[in-house]
Amino acid sequence: MRYIRPLSIEDAVGQLAGSAGTAAILAGGSDLLVRMKGGFGEPELIVDIKAIDGLSEIRETAEGFSIGAAVPCAVLGENTDLKKAWPGVVEAAKLIGSKQVQGRCTIVGNLCNASPAADSVPALVAAGAKAVVVGPAGRRTIPVQSVPTAPGKTSLAKGEIIEAILLDKREPRSGDAYLRFIPRTEMDIAVVSAGVNLTLDEHGVVKSARVALGAVAATVLLVEEAAEVLIGSRLDEATLERLAKVCAGACRPIDDKRGTIEFRRKVAGVLAQRAATSAYARAGGK
Amino acid sequence: MAGIAVSTTINGDAVEYLCQPDETLLDVLRDRLGLTGAKEGCGTGDCGACSIILDDRLVCSCLVLGAEAEGRRVETIEGMAHGDTLHPLQQKFLEHAALQCGICTPGFLIAAKDLLAKNPDPTEEEIRFGLAGNLCRCTGYDKIVRAVQDAAIVMKGA
Repeated sequence: MRYIRPLSIEDAVGQLAGSAGTAAILAGGSDLLVRMKGGFGEPELIVDIKAIDGLSEIRETAEGFSIGAAVPCAVLGENTDLKKAWPGVVEAAKLIGSKQVQGRCTIVGNLCNASPAADSVPALVAAGAKAVVVGPAGRRTIPVQSVPTAPGKTSLAKGEIIEAILLDKREPRSGDAYLRFIPRTEMDIAVVSAGVNLTLDEHGVVKSARVALGAVAATVLLVEEAAEVLIGSRLDEATLERLAKVCAGACRPIDDKRGTIEFRRKVAGVLAQRAATSAYARAGGK
Repeated sequence: MAGIAVSTTINGDAVEYLCQPDETLLDVLRDRLGLTGAKEGCGTGDCGACSIILDDRLVCSCLVLGAEAEGRRVETIEGMAHGDTLHPLQQKFLEHAALQCGICTPGFLIAAKDLLAKNPDPTEEEIRFGLAGNLCRCTGYDKIVRAVQDAAIVMKGA
């Protein structure tokens, strides 16, 4: 195995694209090193991206936020502007692992590990986040939900690296929230999760919405029908009831030791209701 | 194989070592540098026994490559006491009998030190959440929590 620490993204892309054998990108390593030790095979090349200029920074621009691929989740939680604009994204990122893991793990790593139960992914999808992909053919920006294609698989081609995650500048009266169900109080993998992102008009009526569900299908689900239920409402009881029904219906969960299909469907509806209620309150709705 | 040359700072001292690309920082500390305070419990980032502080961030050294320490600052349990004077957390762990077999103790002490550096006056809940990445199979955690609470009082008064 070779370990390299390139100083530019172009060099990192070139090394990855030119590698003959298996290659892996190292940011926080909280999935990669566990996989290496678990006997899932050692890559022939490890490209540590933490020395690349700008990748360890959160930048606030006129368009919103750009979160570098090497920024640990603990840093997201310490950024007051980001927390104020996107509290749901930050609370999701903060749920990944322990304090020790928080000091290393990244949202790009969480996305590219492509676990159906990844905590930050439904929140990012609900937020309409985009991924900046750099590869041999140049730079492109894609929606976050197009990255995972199956458990452990992504749409990224050989030599491609996600450089940053982009979050839009917030419109007034906007809020987001993320909730998951786990049988413990912390340090566990989501059995079901829900992210909701809302913007209200000046009368407190939802004018735009995105609802995403995690751990209930092979990849994160963006449930457009659920968003349609919320738009035009003030989250009255009938709306929340319909939201739960639509979300339960959209799930395609598996039965496993952590939860049955029936349980996951029901909890998806409940979590969507609660996340929507929280996002609505954060957006200033009453 | 010659390995990768790494220059780093450990507990305030400049240190240089050679390591293999797939060698973890925990293995470097224990097997190459003789710093055996950090323990290997699970080796997969679940138990916290190998906790160290890397550039002011609490991390599991089993999930860091030795090569990644280049140019960074590493703090381990060996740097916690000043000569013969124990750190207040170490003293309080003894007084409260917050350890039995002791394997988890260095990790708990480092994690508690990081917790109190960032939050000098934590609630019991904050302590329990803050130390959730450290597993102890002997004490049932209660004595550890009391020791950290007591050390926080001492450290605030200092």
